[in-house]
Amino acid sequence: MSSRAFKNPISESVPVRWTLIFIVLAFLALFVLTPLLIVFKEAFGKGWGEYVAALQEPDAVSAIRLTLLVAAIAVPANLLFGIAASWAIAKFEFRGKAFLITLIDLPFSVSPVISGLVYVLLFGANSFLGPFLKSYGVQVVFAVPGIVLATIFVTFPFVARELIPLMQDQGTGDEEAAISLGANGWQAFWYVTLPNIKWALLYGVLLCNARAMGEFGAVSVVSGHIRGLTNTMPLHVEILYNDYNVVGAFGVASLLALLALLTLVLRTILETRYGSELSAGQKH
Amino acid sequence: MEIRVEKIRKEFDLYPALHDVSLDIKSGELIALLGPSGSGKTTLLRLIAGLEQPTQGRIFFGNEDASYKSVQERNVGFVFQHYALFRHMTVAENVAFGLTVRPKAQRPPKAEIRRRALELLDMVQLSGLEKRFPNQLSGGQRQRVALARAMAIEPRVLLLDEPFGALDAKVRKELRRWLREFHDRTGHTTVFVTHDQEEALELADRVVVMSQGKIEQVGSSDDVYDRPNSPFVFSFIGESANLPVTVEGGAVFFHGAPTGLSAQRDGAARLFFRPQDVSLAQEGPCFTGPVTSSRRLAGTRIAEVELGSSDQPCHVEIEVPLDAAASNGSVLSFRPTRWKLFY
Amino acid sequence: MISARSAARWHWKNPSVIPGFGLTLGFTLAYLTLIILIPLAALGWRSAALGWFDFFRLITDARTLGALKVSFSTALIAAVVNVVFGVITAWVLVRYDFPGRRVVDAIVDLPFAIPTAVAGIALTALYAPNGLIGSFLTPLGIKVAYTPIGIVIALIAIGLPFVVRTVQPVMQEISREVEEAAASLGANRFQTIFRVILPGLVPAILTGFALALARGIGEYGSVIFIAGNIPFVSEIAPLLIVIRLEEFDYGSATAIATIMLIISFLMLLLINVIQAWSRRRFGYEQ
Repeated sequence: MSSRAFKNPISESVPVRWTLIFIVLAFLALFVLTPLLIVFKEAFGKGWGEYVAALQEPDAVSAIRLTLLVAAIAVPANLLFGIAASWAIAKFEFRGKAFLITLIDLPFSVSPVISGLVYVLLFGANSFLGPFLKSYGVQVVFAVPGIVLATIFVTFPFVARELIPLMQDQGTGDEEAAISLGANGWQAFWYVTLPNIKWALLYGVLLCNARAMGEFGAVSVVSGHIRGLTNTMPLHVEILYNDYNVVGAFGVASLLALLALLTLVLRTILETRYGSELSAGQKH
Repeated sequence: MEIRVEKIRKEFDLYPALHDVSLDIKSGELIALLGPSGSGKTTLLRLIAGLEQPTQGRIFFGNEDASYKSVQERNVGFVFQHYALFRHMTVAENVAFGLTVRPKAQRPPKAEIRRRALELLDMVQLSGLEKRFPNQLSGGQRQRVALARAMAIEPRVLLLDEPFGALDAKVRKELRRWLREFHDRTGHTTVFVTHDQEEALELADRVVVMSQGKIEQVGSSDDVYDRPNSPFVFSFIGESANLPVTVEGGAVFFHGAPTGLSAQRDGAARLFFRPQDVSLAQEGPCFTGPVTSSRRLAGTRIAEVELGSSDQPCHVEIEVPLDAAASNGSVLSFRPTRWKLFY
Repeated sequence: MISARSAARWHWKNPSVIPGFGLTLGFTLAYLTLIILIPLAALGWRSAALGWFDFFRLITDARTLGALKVSFSTALIAAVVNVVFGVITAWVLVRYDFPGRRVVDAIVDLPFAIPTAVAGIALTALYAPNGLIGSFLTPLGIKVAYTPIGIVIALIAIGLPFVVRTVQPVMQEISREVEEAAASLGANRFQTIFRVILPGLVPAILTGFALALARGIGEYGSVIFIAGNIPFVSEIAPLLIVIRLEEFDYGSATAIATIMLIISFLMLLLINVIQAWSRRRFGYEQ
């Protein structure tokens, strides 16, 4: 009788398994985790006092304020769009639907710099619209409206692409039932659809918000980098870094890193707890 | 190839799936593992294949102890329930796979592999489809590709897991007959798993009836249908009725009344019989009760009769001639003609 | 007569009892047009206004070609590296159970969540000659920061989740039966992985590769800090757009952006073709 151990036919041997796990851990540590840790190491490099002082500096405070303002406009705008688009796409059958979905995903494949550039070309000094608006006292490029527009552009698909597959999967049965029972469209949405999609909605908003607050390339092109006026947090990080203000740059960066971590933690909680309500393809 | 399973025990996370199962499979036999889900039939098949490791016990292929051989070394042809075809390969590539992955020294030349694949496809009547991809085939065709692929490695034994489970009723019946012919032609030792008794009884030389990780009975279709050796087999295979009875002084009593049946051993028992194995009685001790419902079934009528006292009624279904008075409320008296007692 | 005609008429929408189609689709199209289509059209219009001759002259400018070459080649290398490690990562996450697997799974998404500028300065701090990792590499004669290697490092860090997240769900769907079938036919584990599992993943891997490549070509924030930005060597195309814009050379900026946008659309088309092909061939997505 043979005494050697039985080999599982559909798994790798234990040493191979651990080697692969080690490779993955090393790779992630090198490219993802250490950069995150270095942000905090540099931010606190000269102690807590310097860190707090860097964040209380007036230009930093106004950058934080502008970032919050931009997100507070861009996120609700794209939330509204996401709900409208997913309702139209998931609840109805019409021609050109696949093309519409491709268009909605378009901003993901456009370089952020181009996302900013298109607004400069549209509203800039040597454009058709720019001087026209300026004569009415409206400044878009190198001002807050441009930053908001560029941010909306790059965060455009986030809510919609979370909702569309989920709502397509859920079908139209629930809403048809509600309407056959006498509900109007708003009631059907509010009492039937919304409870079914609320976690996916929150999930999309989280991702949208993280990107809105962290966007760099697009905003950089339209902002004009005016300290205290048109600098968002990521732009302020760049200015401080180029000024060799390490604690200041990494201090502001640490807030953005914390936001990213918070987003990931919330996202993981949502996925663990409401995983089946988040993704399409599962029974609900 | 003979296969001997010796006192196999298999536990999944300490939950026993098989308890000390022993089974001899003769060379060239077509054998069915039949049982409800959770009976351990698929586990036994996977143990024979080497896809699972037994907790205890041994498996012999002929005289060779195969218990610790890997699935690759066992050289078995396994057909999976959902066929498990490789969907990025053509039908011909699927069939040839087993030969192309052989070590260089044992691998036939390319042209020979191709010839063998086409020959096998011809044998399963799929000539001309060799360039198709699996998702361009019907369920029945996929099933036959899976069989041809398993046959390509010239297996010592052919193992099929619910081979007709994913097919619709009509295709299932056709393929069943086809598989029997295929087996008679090739003469491979074949074991297949099924939960469909009709399939097992029609197809297999011998049927292994399993329940809760144990083998209940092994025998021909006639054995397991006509001579079931346990209450489980009696009620699992075919239609049956059973009643609580007592045997006293060689006579069988039901609810204190004589039934006209006699037995050797005294004591409490359960009386099993099949609906068609009864005759209506005019006189003498028998089972009597009102008809609670009746329905027409092809050439006969099935009547449900209520027996026993009204506070503890027992309902049994029996087959009655079409001309018998069996409307609701009419009283029927009958006696089983073939029956069995389990104490 | 009327009903027969209307039945044969071209319908662009199936009837439904659910209200709100006009409102939601109208809003969707209006918003899409204002935010995305008109601005992109402005780029196309300005580009067309240059005329063929000027457009061709601007994009064949040596510095422009150099920047496009740097962007494309670094993105290509990074995407290849990401395919290798991304597939291994997805495999480990799908197949192996080890302590902390959930945390590792979450960490994979970090590059999606972390702002590019933050990643950029952090990677620069790490790989600078006096940085935590750079100080080990300098004695070996390896310079990472302020060279094209630095660009590749940044793009690897940014692109990893694209491959992992496209391959992972498809890997999850692989039925164990298929692997058992390969084993029962005599294939060893190596043959099962390379002849059965990986070929089935090719469409997903190609999609992930194309996504990582597209992102890498357009990436700006994480690259400019670590790149050194030397023309012809480590100056990427998006940076050149910004530079031309700051020089008020709108023509050049527009021309480069147009070329990059065309590349993006081609990548998008490629992804769609891969998806359609895999649906036809294998009967499943990705």
